[in-house]
Amino acid sequence: MTSNQNILVKLNQAGFRLKDKWLVKGVSLQIEKGQIVTLIGPNGSGKSTTAKIALGIYKKIDGEVEKYTNKVGYVPQKISIDWTLPLRVKDFMVLTENLKDEDINEALSLTGVIQLKNKNLGDLSGGEFQRVLIARAISKKPDLLVLDEPVQGVDFTGEIALYKLIKKITEELNCGILLISHDLHTVMSATDHVVCLNGHVCCSGSPMDVAKNNEYKALFGEQASQILTRYEHRHDHVHTSKGEIKKN
Amino acid sequence: MLDDFFIRALIAGLGIAIVTGPLGCFVIWRRLSYFGDTLAHSALLGVTLAYTLEFNIAFSVFIISSLIALILIQLQKKTNLPGDALLGLLAHSSLAVGLVVIGFLTFIRFDIMGLLFGDILAVTVDDLLIIWIGGPLILLILKLIWKPLFASTVNYELAEAEGLNPDRAKAIFTILMAGIIAISIKMVGLLLITGMLIIPAAMARNISSSPQSMVIYSILGGLLSVLLGLFTSLEFNTSSGPSIIAASLFLFILSLLNIKQSIKLKN
Repeated sequence: MTSNQNILVKLNQAGFRLKDKWLVKGVSLQIEKGQIVTLIGPNGSGKSTTAKIALGIYKKIDGEVEKYTNKVGYVPQKISIDWTLPLRVKDFMVLTENLKDEDINEALSLTGVIQLKNKNLGDLSGGEFQRVLIARAISKKPDLLVLDEPVQGVDFTGEIALYKLIKKITEELNCGILLISHDLHTVMSATDHVVCLNGHVCCSGSPMDVAKNNEYKALFGEQASQILTRYEHRHDHVHTSKGEIKKN
Repeated sequence: MLDDFFIRALIAGLGIAIVTGPLGCFVIWRRLSYFGDTLAHSALLGVTLAYTLEFNIAFSVFIISSLIALILIQLQKKTNLPGDALLGLLAHSSLAVGLVVIGFLTFIRFDIMGLLFGDILAVTVDDLLIIWIGGPLILLILKLIWKPLFASTVNYELAEAEGLNPDRAKAIFTILMAGIIAISIKMVGLLLITGMLIIPAAMARNISSSPQSMVIYSILGGLLSVLLGLFTSLEFNTSSGPSIIAASLFLFILSLLNIKQSIKLKN
């Protein structure tokens, strides 16, 4: 296997078992710098579990995980914070890494919640908290971002803006992103590589490849496939193997 | 100056309060008050061991408390009993075994009340040394593990995912707990150490809005409780431990007034 300097994390036939029940099994994938890899699949298909395997949260796993960076930003799907803690947004921002004040301000401004900086974390709405979570994850300028349904509870316009932001950040920081999302529109427009899970990898590849895959169609239905294919922009030309452009 | 038992008690008490302040905050945040109790109860066994082997009390309490903490972790892994049942099991059985062993040590006169509730007369210059070397050491280590410990207190998975090694921080914190119990047992007594840990911190929670300010108020509250408590103890000839804890309760009640006000302000 060729060693690739750009690889941030690599799963090889990874799986995780809770007592006798496999949550997910036989997952192989890799995330490189500047790449957005998206996990899709029905509820309970092991998306969050796969993310936690990649992050090293689950330790007793099957298969192998190789993580080449420790600069990680994580937005978990569920987060329960104990409100016996007096915790303001700005305290939460420096939870895992000390940051300069301007970096905190920048990240909070990018996700549109700078006005909440001195507020108690417990007083935020669900959507506001989600924006703070994203701000915290990007503020440390990570090599690897793991976003588990990052825009849940965020209003519609905010959702689009945040996905644009995520895309922009990948380009600016040249970081790799592991994204879990139910929004197939977004998956299609922003993703480099899609992994479709259903307890195992049922198919993977570029969004287009996955959309055409029969297993995917069986899992999500014909309609979902149409959503994906709609994003295929119509070429009036083809790229030849020599790099020339040929008009149709 | 150190010849005066009261001065010694003051220096010891203030040294302890500086350490219990920040540790107490974590005890509250991580919901460990019963765990602290268990370690403290097991301390009696440490004390008897110290007397039998003519060993330093603080040192043998530290060893026994750490041992009990390790046993607890093992039991948690190997049995299906809930955590609080295991804590109760260890707390009361180690207390009972300690008392039974004391019964056998007829050749030593024990001041049981002093052990359980603290005795300001008992503080020696050696104890002061242990408190003022051990205490700052505990604080230093706590400062070093603050980031991973605090992050994993807020959310374990975030801390683990972002490479902070929360398990190691938790293990070190457990040892620090055994340490504070060991150095404060003579002053506060083994039944009341947990009170010294959680009441000033609980008071601080009522009046603070950030983790740092809670730690500072918790230290200040502890210092004030020691001062108030020891002077009361001197004045009315009461045990030092209960007097300090009662003083901290008084401060806690005062801090409740602050909550009432802020609720009024919100409405």
